[in-house]
Amino acid sequence: MTLAAARPQLSHLRALESEAIHVMREVAAELERPVLLFSGGKDSIVLLRLAEKAFRPAPFPFPLMHVDTGHNFPEVIEFRDRRVAELGERLIVASVQESIDSGRAVEETGPRASRNRLQTVTLLDAIAKHDFDAAFGGARRDEERARAKERVFSFRDDFGQWDPKNQRPELWNLYNGRIRKGENVRVFPLSNWTELDVWEYIAQEQLEVPSIYFAHERAVFSRDGMLYAWREGVELIDGEQVFSEMVRYRTVGDMSCTGGVRSRALTLDEVVTEIAATRITERGETRADDRVSEAAMEDRKKAGYF
Amino acid sequence: MTLDLLRFTTAGSVDDGKSTLIGRLLYDTKQVFEDQLEHVAEASMRRGGEGVLDLALLTDGLRAEREQGITIDVAYRYFATARRRFIIADCPGHQQYTRNMVTGASTADLAVILLDARKGVLEQSKRHAFISVLLGIPHLVVAVNKMDLVDYSRARFEELVGEFESFAQKLSAMPGVPMGSALDLEGERRAGPEVTYIPISALEGDNVVDRSQRMDWYQDPARQPVLLELLEEVDVAYDHPYDRPARFPVQWVIRPAQARSTVPAPAAALSEDYRGYAGQLASGALRVGEDVVALPSGQRTRIAAIDTYEGTLEEALAPMSVTLRLEDELDVSRGELICRPEQSPTVARELRADVCWLNARPLRPGARYVIKHTTRSATAIVDALEDRVDVHTLERAPAPAELELNDIGSVRLRTSAPLAFDPYVGNRRTGSFILIDEATNETVGAGMVASATG
Repeated sequence: MTLAAARPQLSHLRALESEAIHVMREVAAELERPVLLFSGGKDSIVLLRLAEKAFRPAPFPFPLMHVDTGHNFPEVIEFRDRRVAELGERLIVASVQESIDSGRAVEETGPRASRNRLQTVTLLDAIAKHDFDAAFGGARRDEERARAKERVFSFRDDFGQWDPKNQRPELWNLYNGRIRKGENVRVFPLSNWTELDVWEYIAQEQLEVPSIYFAHERAVFSRDGMLYAWREGVELIDGEQVFSEMVRYRTVGDMSCTGGVRSRALTLDEVVTEIAATRITERGETRADDRVSEAAMEDRKKAGYF
Repeated sequence: MTLDLLRFTTAGSVDDGKSTLIGRLLYDTKQVFEDQLEHVAEASMRRGGEGVLDLALLTDGLRAEREQGITIDVAYRYFATARRRFIIADCPGHQQYTRNMVTGASTADLAVILLDARKGVLEQSKRHAFISVLLGIPHLVVAVNKMDLVDYSRARFEELVGEFESFAQKLSAMPGVPMGSALDLEGERRAGPEVTYIPISALEGDNVVDRSQRMDWYQDPARQPVLLELLEEVDVAYDHPYDRPARFPVQWVIRPAQARSTVPAPAAALSEDYRGYAGQLASGALRVGEDVVALPSGQRTRIAAIDTYEGTLEEALAPMSVTLRLEDELDVSRGELICRPEQSPTVARELRADVCWLNARPLRPGARYVIKHTTRSATAIVDALEDRVDVHTLERAPAPAELELNDIGSVRLRTSAPLAFDPYVGNRRTGSFILIDEATNETVGAGMVASATG
């Protein structure tokens, strides 16, 4: 049995980073109109840094796009705008509200209403409108069971649908991005990264993230075992109370479906320590959208979700 | 402490306990999250489990799979110990999913092949071993599982080792078996993969993470590792970057139209003349000032600088992604390969390769495909199907009429433009290619170059 070299040449983060940069450059080279989906969340923040590493000193060969539900944390929107301005890149905002207003999407009602599912319509419409043929997303395979099987290049048909039985074999680092008109590819450069990798990378690169990722005082209410942010217009169910709590967010989705966790982690290092010790997956703890059914994510992907 | 990264495959049939093994690895290294355990506990109960946590359920994802109780696609699992970060490519065992095993194996440093101690060496195990070796995986670990069901019998273990060994000998004798990256005690590169045999029980936890107390004949830490120990200590692909010649496929040319004052300036020069060749080093190392050649065009120059976002480097090592600046203004574009002139790959338009066919529509002589090799695409015509391998006997039957889905055979190809390649046994990145069907855009073949022909 042979032993490994005493000192690895490249740390795992650097190896993962290099792989992700390679993926982004392949897309730029082989597809014609890519877009980078930027939500202001930690995974898309890492994607932006990777894009800088891949393409600087030139401008990105693609715009950024945010599918805005209208129910985002204000801190995240502020962060988004500031970061985009810093980078000097172009941002397209696709609005779920506009989809609702134009009758393309129907608002959910009731106390558990969320615009999460509606994002799919807005996303697909925006892709069609701008004729994008590839969209970078920050999804990782460790996030959730249905994503464990995703390829790096995830093929969507012209209805935006994902068919798990029909994915292309992905060998070595040779990606096949050939598509027909009207089809598009979702590309996930962070496929092999874990939640902890993402945070360690953010710490390594000293990347700024929206303040809600750190512990802060917030008005919340408890529902279905999660802590939701209270905001104007939220319908409380009988017995639910709003109270103040020190929370941070492990993931940034729409406010209506993202739960915060109790935390005292005020700095990046403290967040990393908490996560390293955590016993509950990021999505399990905080995303109501995945709880609907065991196969919730899979079903949404088949319908064209991220 | 810096961690490095190991990719390994697991393959075995549904009943071999592969999913239980993975579940055990994740569980014993404390990577399994509470909510996942809850899901599994609930599902275990629903399926009539008797209070035993069915660890295999940790890894079954898709609805169809859960319903059928089998795994039908490659699933990627992630875990880390204090020494190393791991990526598991969990491959389905059935013959009709060879395409998925080939996918998972293509980037793996190690393959875990599971045997059921009661059933012995099945056709499936041989197929997995063959595919692993063909795809260039340098380390094989044969995990003889379910030792608890054979009374932890040393005799049974050794019997199975003997059976598998004779098959492994045949594999090593195959022409063109990829050389492992393993160096033996004399520092010589050995032919064929390194094979280690470990008796385990994934269900009971013996020899997976912790050494078994029930096999007093398997206690030598020097020569008898437990699985996780072995996983933590084997060589990974890029541990010896100076062992292979430098290969830099140009992916993307960076040419900023103009300096942008709003962009934070990296250390590299922000001028209108900036021309950087961006890519990932497929193997080896390159230094500033070295003489290089771009192939297949043959243009020669020197490396003027190696740029990264953080600044310039004196040297780049595989698998870094960097941007090269060259001393001369050349017409180098995506698809060219930069290397040292005295360590050039072969440049040719006719080659022989082992191809694994991945599509329901068979491969026939005369067919035309798009070939993608490193960052270069061209058209390829199949001149001849030379043979087809029987994956169980390893015999090659000459001149088949076609290669069907899951077949592997030697093919002669002719390409529309020259490719700069190495034999796959020497370099997995510059010796591999995919074939794409122009009409359907599907990836239909996985190729491993043997040599140039003609």
